[in-house]
Amino acid sequence: MKDKKPKSVFKEGAITSDFIGNSIYKHQTKTSIGAHNIFLGQVRADEIDGKTVSAIEYTAYEDMANQKFHEIRESAFAKFDLTCMHIYHSLGTVKAGEICLFVFVSSPRRKVVFEALEFIVEAIKADVPVFGKEIFEDESHQWKVNS
Amino acid sequence: MHINIKYFGQIAEITNTEEESLELNGRLVSELLEILNQKYNKLKSIDFQVAQNQELVSIETELTGAEIALLPPFAGG
Repeated sequence: MKDKKPKSVFKEGAITSDFIGNSIYKHQTKTSIGAHNIFLGQVRADEIDGKTVSAIEYTAYEDMANQKFHEIRESAFAKFDLTCMHIYHSLGTVKAGEICLFVFVSSPRRKVVFEALEFIVEAIKADVPVFGKEIFEDESHQWKVNS
Repeated sequence: MHINIKYFGQIAEITNTEEESLELNGRLVSELLEILNQKYNKLKSIDFQVAQNQELVSIETELTGAEIALLPPFAGG
């Protein structure tokens, strides 16, 4: 059965490796799956004008963002033969080195999951109204822009 | 027309509020933006997109009375 229910995508704070590991574990009962693929977005300690990013504080236009995540899910299921798909994105503060985005796709066959994952991650970066305030070690900040 | 406007990220820093309501005589998104540019000078120096009823719209779009949001560049992931 395809997993198409609307889900809550946003999580407060960083996405932990426990949470990610547990998500993988939960798929052991879905034995039609032959391939998983996972994308983890990690906060980078960029150095800008001699100052280092220590964290990103995420906010979102949540209603629109959830709608966009839903559209991305629907088009990914329409385009690719996926058994299931999960997206989690952080809100609030995520420190450098912590995970802020977790995308998990599963299919009977491997080729599909490579293509699907790239499609989904690029769509999230381009279409979902999430905003990131890069906090420097001296507590000044600047606004992140996806390139 | 009564319009509810939401501000995010760097825009909310400039407006110093995340949400406000305005009474407006204009018909187009561009007319609303003119008013906001006068109210918040620094808006002109910022790159942003406009959403009406959670969909991105051009400035020539007619206002429907649905929620408007000013969205700075996206930074998800």
